[in-house]
Amino acid sequence: MFITEAMAAGTEAVGEHAESGIFPPFDTSTFASQLFWLAITFGFFLWFMSKVIVPRIGNILETRQDRIAQDLDKAREFRDDADASIAAYEQELAEAKAKANEIGQIAREKANTEANAERAKVEAELGTKLSAAEARIADIREKAMSEVGGIAEEAASEIFTQLIGGTVTKADLAKAVAASGK
Amino acid sequence: MANDPTAQFVTNKIIPLENVGGLDLSFTNSSLAMVGTVALASSFLYFATAKRGLIPSRGQSIAESAYEFVASMLRDAAGTEGMRFFPFVFSLFMFILVANLLGMFPYFFTVTAQIIVTFALSMLVMGTVVVYGVAKHGVKFLGLFVPDGIPGILIPLVAAIEVISFLSRPISLSIRLFANMLAGHITLKVFAGFIVSMSSLGAFGIGGAILPLVMVVALTGLEFLVSFLQAYVFAVLTCMYLNDALHPSH
Repeated sequence: MFITEAMAAGTEAVGEHAESGIFPPFDTSTFASQLFWLAITFGFFLWFMSKVIVPRIGNILETRQDRIAQDLDKAREFRDDADASIAAYEQELAEAKAKANEIGQIAREKANTEANAERAKVEAELGTKLSAAEARIADIREKAMSEVGGIAEEAASEIFTQLIGGTVTKADLAKAVAASGK
Repeated sequence: MANDPTAQFVTNKIIPLENVGGLDLSFTNSSLAMVGTVALASSFLYFATAKRGLIPSRGQSIAESAYEFVASMLRDAAGTEGMRFFPFVFSLFMFILVANLLGMFPYFFTVTAQIIVTFALSMLVMGTVVVYGVAKHGVKFLGLFVPDGIPGILIPLVAAIEVISFLSRPISLSIRLFANMLAGHITLKVFAGFIVSMSSLGAFGIGGAILPLVMVVALTGLEFLVSFLQAYVFAVLTCMYLNDALHPSH
């Protein structure tokens, strides 16, 4: 029904214009009305857009932008906090490490000094023992040397007696032995 | 007669106001289509954004996309100073887009296939350009017609060409939109007419009507694309012309 109505309307109108033979969009008799209603409708639309819709959508977008920026700020804040905690943790860790190093150092030094003292003590002991031994050796050597002198005197007097016969005084002999020993 | 492809562009008086100060200001189907366009676009944008959701609903998302689409178009063409014309360009884009799309419904009147309507809109654009350009830059606005770096002898020639090209802008702007919508609708009507006249020829004709039917379906899709594209082209050119008003020196 709608179709037939529209067709009828179309036919009627075309009939009208077919008579005048004007291509409908170029029919100047409609221009005034079209301009008038365009001015009203588009004028209203322009007013409505600039007063209501554009500010509203602009506002929505701005609010969202602000919210996003705010959220980003908050996220940045949280990140800064986390960074600060990490830094604090690292500092504490470094401090603890330094402390541990210090304790180790002290212990090492203490052990070192103790060991050194022990060594010095042992070395001193050994030194005294060594010098005592050396003294004993010198003693023995001297004794031996003096005994060697006696033996030589005896042997010389014996040899003298055997070879020449007669005797030499003990003092002369000792002098001769001492001279040959030089 | 019903097959006359231009019948769809005929205005019919709904409320005759035939003599208002000597002018025929009758409320016609064209006026009705304009009112419908404005009512549909306004109410959609109004109700879609009514909740002002931080997380947009589907409708709000469409409204925001349209807003941002036009905003980026204008910002790219005319810079941030161009944003003062945003409501104007947005209105033009939405009005033409909705008028084009409404025109795609059978038996609906296509406002943008009326040369007087598209011409009025493009004159509005050019009027804005000239008025704003002169108000802001005064005589310097004429620098628009003298490109930089032109040898002195050529200036009159180039200026003449620039003036002609400037004057032809409203014509090309209006005819582009008008002719696209007009030709599209006529083509659709002609092919649809083929279906009817062929199928009335019996079984063979019904078989033969398949080809124009396929064509009409394909053309309908194309026409939806053209509807959007022409609104876009009109808005983009408006942005570029407004850029001339804001920055007249080349």
